[in-house]
Amino acid sequence: MFGVVTYCLEDNATGGSRLVLAGQMLVSSVGLFEKEIRTLSGQFSEIDISGIEEMDTTGAWVVSNLAAQHDCPITGASEKAKHLLEAVAVAVGEGELSPPVVPVWERVPLSLGEKVYDARGGIIGVVSFLGAVLMSFGTMIRRPSRIPMRAVVKQMEMVGVSALPIIGLMSFLIGIVIAQQGAVQLQQFGAETLTVNLVGRITLRELGVLMTAIMVAGRSGSAFAAQIGTMKLTEEVDAMRTIGLSPIERLVIPRIVACTFMMILLGFYSSIVGIIGGAVIGQFALGIPFFTFLERIQEVVPIHDVWVGLVKAPVFGLIVALAGCYHGMQVKGNSEEVGIRTTMAVVSAIFAVIVIDAFFAVFFTEVGWG
Amino acid sequence: MPYTEPEAPHERFCPDPPIVVSGLVNRFGDFTVHDGLDLEVRRGEIIGVVGGSGTGKSVLMRSIIGLQRPTAGDIDVLGRRITDTDLDQRVGVRRRWGVLFQGGALFSTLTVGENVEVPLKEFYPEISPKLRREIARYKVLLSGLPEEAVLKYPNELSGGMKKRAGLARALALDPELLFLDEPTAGLDPIGAAAFDRQTRDLKETLGLTVFLITHDLDTLYEICDRVAVLADKKVIAVGTIPELLETRHPWIDEYFNGPRGRSALAARRA
Repeated sequence: MFGVVTYCLEDNATGGSRLVLAGQMLVSSVGLFEKEIRTLSGQFSEIDISGIEEMDTTGAWVVSNLAAQHDCPITGASEKAKHLLEAVAVAVGEGELSPPVVPVWERVPLSLGEKVYDARGGIIGVVSFLGAVLMSFGTMIRRPSRIPMRAVVKQMEMVGVSALPIIGLMSFLIGIVIAQQGAVQLQQFGAETLTVNLVGRITLRELGVLMTAIMVAGRSGSAFAAQIGTMKLTEEVDAMRTIGLSPIERLVIPRIVACTFMMILLGFYSSIVGIIGGAVIGQFALGIPFFTFLERIQEVVPIHDVWVGLVKAPVFGLIVALAGCYHGMQVKGNSEEVGIRTTMAVVSAIFAVIVIDAFFAVFFTEVGWG
Repeated sequence: MPYTEPEAPHERFCPDPPIVVSGLVNRFGDFTVHDGLDLEVRRGEIIGVVGGSGTGKSVLMRSIIGLQRPTAGDIDVLGRRITDTDLDQRVGVRRRWGVLFQGGALFSTLTVGENVEVPLKEFYPEISPKLRREIARYKVLLSGLPEEAVLKYPNELSGGMKKRAGLARALALDPELLFLDEPTAGLDPIGAAAFDRQTRDLKETLGLTVFLITHDLDTLYEICDRVAVLADKKVIAVGTIPELLETRHPWIDEYFNGPRGRSALAARRA
């Protein structure tokens, strides 16, 4: 029969019994054989493999293992089989292939403890990263020729220009949703004309910049972490250091400058597109003509709302870029780490942006820009 | 030839010759790497493939193992046409070859032992976990790695150890065909010599056919039965080294009679 190991027990000349194997002892066929042979009852003192037509190292391993377990000799081996049996004989050993699995009740406190312990290293890491960035900024201000303009412009294109379509679409839809939902609620007081105030103030003060920051964190912050992380894995960052180029200057600074600057433009752009979205809904659902809507915006939105947005935008951009670059630089080991760090970069950037936004909200109200 | 899956996994394919490349053309945009390349690999031999940088040695290997779809030409591996079907449908052929990539290409999130287990698990799920672990463990030992390497992750290994671990994974299924891409590059001379010996031992014990890309002249002299020379977008000559030298091709002449070639030859004679 093809591809099957057959076996039977026979009496041999010395009065014991022998296991006679026949067929093909290959990696493809030993799986089933090995399961069956374990249930075989009866002792044998000899293994006869003269009936084996084909054998590979896996087959040889199973046979010699069987022989070792029963402490019996192997007979009838062909030249090739002998060769194989010798080859596998050098490689015996016991043990696991995977690291031992830690039970859940140990793993949870263990990882919690590790996180707490690592937090110290994390804080030191963040502070020293910030320090390195500040130092590099210092040198660059003193020697502007060292600013890698080419890289800055390229990053500006990737962070800013190529994000225009998606951020425009997102802001337009948000403008529509706010205007439409706001109008439904305000109608109950007969105050649907206040929809203009709602759309204008919320997009310029909050949503334009906040949503853009979240979008940039997802689009560019993750890209920063993944790019720099991969460069760390392929030793590009180390190569830069040995040549005397500072990775902070070449990789981090251009991204921070580009992201901070482009966030201002993107945030403003997003607010404007959001207002246009609101105006479109005003035209079609509320009966406010498009251009009247825009004129009303100028009347009802105080100018400091624009400043609030413009002040927050670069701060958010800075946070997103710092988080992306920091986590990218922390990558070491394997490709899994790149994924973990990319996730961490986005999550920590968005979280920090929202926390800081809350502080800004309180701050601007206190200074009278409410 | 008409070809239908599935095939009996136990059958040894054993066709002769195991690899036939005919009229291979590989083009990337305007850049032609291969133009009408022909090559035949005989059963049970170690064939060394040499050629200057950029002559498409790795592209040739990638074409043969189906990772690179050629622009034109036919490739038959183990009697099956590789060029007209999807690689994913080539289960029959895929489980009969092992590939060692240049950097080892180990799965970085798995230990060395688990790396070797992957092909076994994929192709032969009926093998019990205990036996699979044993097989993986002895393959690692067979490839010349120390016992404790089994539990290590690839990023904890040196370059040479990664290659050995890659070899262990390539040998996991007891393949009929073994592809090695620059196996001794970046190894110390002692390690390289050991790797050469190992390759030859494996070939003799398991009856492998080995397709070996190399720049190591010692490897060529020591273990290769024949050498194929890639130049001018073709295989310009195939044969034993003395046969190649008789062709009087300038590149071949320079390759084997250059300072390095001569010292490798001297080492061989000594």
